[in-house]
Amino acid sequence: MHEYSIVGALVSRAEEEARRHADPRVLGLRVRVGELAGVDTGLLRTAWDLFREGTCCAEAELEIAPEPACWGCPGCGEAIAPGAVLRCPRCALPARLCRGDALVLERIEMEVGDV
Amino acid sequence: MCDDCGCGDPEKTSVEVHERILSTNDRVAAHNRAHFREHGVLAVNLMGSPGSGKTALLEATAARRPRASLAALSGDLATDNDAVRLARAGIRARAITTGSACHLDSEMVHRGLHHLDWDDAECLFIENVGNLVCPAIYDLGQRANVVLLSVTEGEDKPLKYPVMFKAADLVLLTKTDLLPHLAVDVEAIRDALARVMPEPALLPVSARTGEGMEAWIDWLKQVAQG
Repeated sequence: MHEYSIVGALVSRAEEEARRHADPRVLGLRVRVGELAGVDTGLLRTAWDLFREGTCCAEAELEIAPEPACWGCPGCGEAIAPGAVLRCPRCALPARLCRGDALVLERIEMEVGDV
Repeated sequence: MCDDCGCGDPEKTSVEVHERILSTNDRVAAHNRAHFREHGVLAVNLMGSPGSGKTALLEATAARRPRASLAALSGDLATDNDAVRLARAGIRARAITTGSACHLDSEMVHRGLHHLDWDDAECLFIENVGNLVCPAIYDLGQRANVVLLSVTEGEDKPLKYPVMFKAADLVLLTKTDLLPHLAVDVEAIRDALARVMPEPALLPVSARTGEGMEAWIDWLKQVAQG
């Protein structure tokens, strides 16, 4: 269950950003997780709820933006249907993943105290 | 101060990051890769289920090339049994005992390299923790990913674990000596693979009979030269 290691990486990144902003309250993180990123979003949420305790993200919400997978032909652009053989029926070229493998931290929302 | 009324409330701010979550792992992997390139060592990440035959493959590889200089890092949750087997087969080997971690990451490999005499080897095998899920997403700095699928695991394994098979440069269908005893359709495995791997490469091998072993060693040579 590598989702714990993903959460560990997210919390470390949030802590780094929080230090830069004089330790604000971290309100939330938004991540983008592709269908073929190898991360189960349900397990990621469970891991987040358990692992964030005692960190700067203890009160932070995790927003997960799913990214569906999409395969296409690099030659003619023909879309390859999910579950089909990954080769263009017209050009016979191997399909290319257009999107769906993202595992990206998009933004961190923080509450910065009035100074 | 809040923009609306000047009441002195804390202010919300949004930091745009747009960075891969595993960017720290990626950085260490790039560092490992630079080491491998500098020493001209072919690093291969071997992945597969527990019991798919990763250690047996390496033993058989070493037996066929007794003069080759091979090194291996072998990951398991507990015990150094695999590293002991590999050392007995003539491979310079070191165990990475992960405790509870279900995969190797680039930092574990980097630490492992410090305890292994690997830099004059022709090939360094990184025998990942037996698992078809987690190891797929961690770059270790390898040149190639090789996934082992044994004939007893089921024809639809690639469809069930698409991320792992998508990451593979080569899939080794292992334990083919068992095929006469099983109702396994190798063409069904090929078909499943073609639906998750854009350029499917499947090589049937048996560490026991030696079937496919020369083709496997030729493949390693081609990758090393490429």
